Amino acid sequence: MGADAAGSGAPIERPEGRYLHGVPDADLKVVGKPWRKIDARARVTGQTRFADDLFAPRMAYCKLLRSTQAHARIVRIDASAAEAMEGVYAVLLGKDLPITFGILPVSQDEHTLCIDKVRFVGDPVAAVAAVDEDTAWEACRKIVVEYEALPLVTDVFTAAATDPEAPHEHRIHDYGRLGNFHRQENLEFGDLAQGFGESDLVREDFFFFEGNTHLPMEEHATLATFDPDGKLCVQSSTQTPHYLHRALAKVLAEHVPAHKIRVIACPNGGGFGGKSDPFSHEIAVAMLSIRTGRPVKVTLTREEVFYTHRGRHPVLMRSRIGVSRSGRIKALDFETHLDGGAYGSYGTASTFYTGALQCVTYHVENYWFRGARYFTNKAPCGPKRGHGTPQPRFALEVQMDKLAVELGLDPVRIRKDNLVPANSLTANWMRVGTMALGRCIDQVVAGSGFLDRWQKLPHGKGVGLACSSYLSGAGLPIYWNAMPHSGVQLKLDRSGLVTVFCGSTDIGQGSNSILAYVVGEVLGLDPQDLRIVTSDTDLTPVDLGSYSSRVTLMTGNAALQAAERARDLIAPHVADKLGVPRNRIGFAKGRVFDVSDPDQGMPFADAVQLAESKLGTIGTTGSYRPPKSPARYKGGGVGPSANYSFTAAVVEVDVDPETGIYTVPRIFVAHDIGRSINPCLVMGQVEGSVYMGLGEAMMEEMSYRSDRFGVHKIPSMLDYKSPTTMEMPELITWLVGDPDPNGPFGAKEAGQGPLLPIMPAVANAVFDAVGVRVDEVPITPEKVFEGIERARKGKEPRVGPTKTPHVDWPEARKVRTPWQGGTGLEVEREQEELAAARANGGASRERRGD
Amino acid sequence: MLRLPKFSYHRPASGAEAVRIVAAHGGEARYVAGGTDLYPNMKRRVQRPGHVVALSRCQDLRGMRGEARSGVTIGAMTTLSAIEHDPRLRAEYPGFVHAASVVSTPLLRNMGTIGGNLLLDTRCNYYDQSHEWRESIDFCKKCDGSTCWVAPSSPRCWAVQSSDTVPLLCAIDASVTLLGADGERRVPLRALYRDDGIDFVQKRHEELLTALHLPATNGWRASYRKLRRRGSFDFPVLGVGACLSMDGDRVAELDVRIGGAGSWPIPAQKTVEMLRGAVLRFDDAASDELIRAAAQEAYKPTRAMDNTDLDAHWRKKMAPVFVARAIRDCLPGAPPRRDVLG
Repeated sequence: MGADAAGSGAPIERPEGRYLHGVPDADLKVVGKPWRKIDARARVTGQTRFADDLFAPRMAYCKLLRSTQAHARIVRIDASAAEAMEGVYAVLLGKDLPITFGILPVSQDEHTLCIDKVRFVGDPVAAVAAVDEDTAWEACRKIVVEYEALPLVTDVFTAAATDPEAPHEHRIHDYGRLGNFHRQENLEFGDLAQGFGESDLVREDFFFFEGNTHLPMEEHATLATFDPDGKLCVQSSTQTPHYLHRALAKVLAEHVPAHKIRVIACPNGGGFGGKSDPFSHEIAVAMLSIRTGRPVKVTLTREEVFYTHRGRHPVLMRSRIGVSRSGRIKALDFETHLDGGAYGSYGTASTFYTGALQCVTYHVENYWFRGARYFTNKAPCGPKRGHGTPQPRFALEVQMDKLAVELGLDPVRIRKDNLVPANSLTANWMRVGTMALGRCIDQVVAGSGFLDRWQKLPHGKGVGLACSSYLSGAGLPIYWNAMPHSGVQLKLDRSGLVTVFCGSTDIGQGSNSILAYVVGEVLGLDPQDLRIVTSDTDLTPVDLGSYSSRVTLMTGNAALQAAERARDLIAPHVADKLGVPRNRIGFAKGRVFDVSDPDQGMPFADAVQLAESKLGTIGTTGSYRPPKSPARYKGGGVGPSANYSFTAAVVEVDVDPETGIYTVPRIFVAHDIGRSINPCLVMGQVEGSVYMGLGEAMMEEMSYRSDRFGVHKIPSMLDYKSPTTMEMPELITWLVGDPDPNGPFGAKEAGQGPLLPIMPAVANAVFDAVGVRVDEVPITPEKVFEGIERARKGKEPRVGPTKTPHVDWPEARKVRTPWQGGTGLEVEREQEELAAARANGGASRERRGD
Repeated sequence: MLRLPKFSYHRPASGAEAVRIVAAHGGEARYVAGGTDLYPNMKRRVQRPGHVVALSRCQDLRGMRGEARSGVTIGAMTTLSAIEHDPRLRAEYPGFVHAASVVSTPLLRNMGTIGGNLLLDTRCNYYDQSHEWRESIDFCKKCDGSTCWVAPSSPRCWAVQSSDTVPLLCAIDASVTLLGADGERRVPLRALYRDDGIDFVQKRHEELLTALHLPATNGWRASYRKLRRRGSFDFPVLGVGACLSMDGDRVAELDVRIGGAGSWPIPAQKTVEMLRGAVLRFDDAASDELIRAAAQEAYKPTRAMDNTDLDAHWRKKMAPVFVARAIRDCLPGAPPRRDVLG
């Protein structure tokens, strides 16, 4: 059998439990240990080369001219003065690149540079390549753009009120549903009327979660090089080189074919979702390089990073929940309104995500979700850490707290009584496997002394509890295809070096190291000795990108398969040489040996040479695609995952009742990680999430001045407030859980879930401290103070929204729950399928969701 | 990153030489001390001097002399860090040291000087923005435009006094030396500032602030209370300086200045009048009530507007709270200040 045959060919999906979750901790040499990140030394000594560190001979510098208007028609652009400037190599306008792009196939609504209209202050209008940045900047100032203002839409109420019959100009886009609605979704699981009918208590609450941005340390930068052989190389600070490759191939179709485009993702100086879309600046420098024959680099200013955005959607929510006297959730009717900003971005997925994960923590018997996304004249929103789920999670966790108080239960009890059982299906057909939320709750409650302190602390001091869950990678890719989500290739050298090739992108989370740990574990090698080659579309097999907390699980599983195949290629030849049965061959400490007599064996390099002598060049591949989801209804593609992480947090607050100013002295957090591949990196992800969540809870907001032409109020790192080390509390972290059969060695995600409980836990703690409900994020001192003043005046001590826009929802897609005997399909399609099955004599109904 | 525009850079060796250079170039020239205020402003193109006159080599603008009994003189080029860590100042002028220590971040205090902090440009989030951003609002009255977007019908500019040291130094009645082409003059800080966002300092363009003079410590106590979002970085969006001398249990002299809530350090006149001669003790309910009632008078003169961080109405409501706290800090028996928020 040749290496090729052994190195590939198995099905993409492997049965659950084939990812070594069952190996005892004691048998693992690398996994579960706090190894140094393989690139840590370069990062901390400043030697990592980020995109802006790149320099090429003859390089030109690019600057973008951005719209000064929030919504306007472009009447005229005259770039002649700029083109005539000394030192200017090329000026690009919208008409030069007429093909649209966008991250999702359903919203290809962006032009590299605006052609006929601009949709927010900061929309790119022209691009200049020049001898230096100053010249490019001056040239941009010389481009004359004449605008004709169009009606400004900066909030969901105005967007909802856009008359569908009104002239075309009132719409920001001419696609989507009517007016300025981008999406309207309506999904009903179970029998809501019955659920509410059986409830002893029904609460309706309104919540608002303000938008905020990723604030990565590194501003986006890209270097594009079009070489004399007609090949284009784009090196960029992107989390998704594969998707950028697709966008470049589409927009530049007339200039360079896909197979001549190479995208290399540079190490990211922070991403958090903000570098997951293909961006105008990336395509513009590629085209400028084609035009000028020079390498062209662009580095955004911090202000431009605010405009590039794609951050947390502002979401207005209404949640009506029905529970029994003992607090069991009978029905949940949840409505979300997403202020999407000027473009589609990931917005369709974001909309579904605001309804996807409500049911994976607490069992909801009947569930109704309606979500609308609106276009507004603001920087486009998209995915930020937690993508669409922190907003509804905030609402749900605060509402649980309110229910507990109203029913005379405690916040621990009501949550634990409602926990989703392990290995079960939710009302909306999410498959939950291992589930250790109960243990997370127990850990933070015991560790913080919650029950001895809740409702018992002096006025001004409080504790709050909240929980969350997040997916370990989206079950479906962004564009429909049946190929793997992640691929890994191994090349084994005669020196004993193993090179791991994978399309994944390290955004600081340590994904390169994960590949080294997994391969090192299987082949018995020191992870620091491996060569990891990633995120280069010419050299590495596709991995979809660093988003949706998918990388450890998916690349880990793919690497595991590739490494096991390499092991299986080598082991028989060593066994033959040693004259022992094949099942006695072990790999550890850089040796391959007889496990019954470890002295009998050889260095790994010798084993590779032995195998190469017999088989020829040694290389293997591994791939991974998540398991099929039972959620087969339209819209069920968002939410399913191979496994879910769970988190519980207790937050302490100290409120000054005279001002509303509060501090957070301590946070306790427990995270169900399954099994950590590297507990140190997991802790880092958990604590970083808590920090980011605290910023969202306390202060971060994307604010615009709707009465001043729709400008962003504070596009700078000084004025957009994010916590400093001074605000960071003492943090007590626990990792809990049992290895999950779908994760590599039992791992789950860590990068996003732990952010989610922080905002509601702060809100609940503020209530415990001063009796004020702030049903809004951020929870600023002004709002706490307003609540205290309202209480003083005898009014309801609550600050938050009281209504949602009127929406004429499309008819609900009704899906029967698993306990109603549903099939995961809409009722309508169930019947169609049944009829079709009868006609086909009962053929298989296996089909993937959309 | 935003880039600096081109300019000529001068490095004179003395204050007098610096003054000569600026006088020669007129409005085209500006002094730079630590550069933490000027350079960001230049990057945003709100200040565009063709000549930048660096004071870093002027030894005559450095150093400290004098003693607490008769007053201390601090060279304008003394960094805020040096003030923060000076053992004598910490012991004798704790209120001033506290105010200096809550300016921005340790890194910026290592660069920023006391002279620069006293002449900090007024701030406004319609003004502290890049050229491109300001183009979107057609610029503002303070730079390149004609409208004050904070109050479009107002004839004046409402940019905000944002130095942490100014309210406190006004309250303790410190003064400065200004060196001009025709010699030096000494000006009380209380007379240096004007209630205008653009023309906020009463000095001639070429006049160089060379030294700060702290008054003799003869029993007065001072405190600075700063309102800001975070425990670091942020400029004050309300900063109250108070100075109190007691005659036994009675208030002999009191001065309170409200910064970060108007274009100059606003004197809390009524509050001061109400408390003059009053009997005040620390940790005493009746005294606290008196102080609270008097501090309530600080609400009206506080001109918080929607051009800084945090809600303007709330900031205005916080003025009486912060004034009361600052006054209480000055009572004999009050503990020394260590907090960075409030």
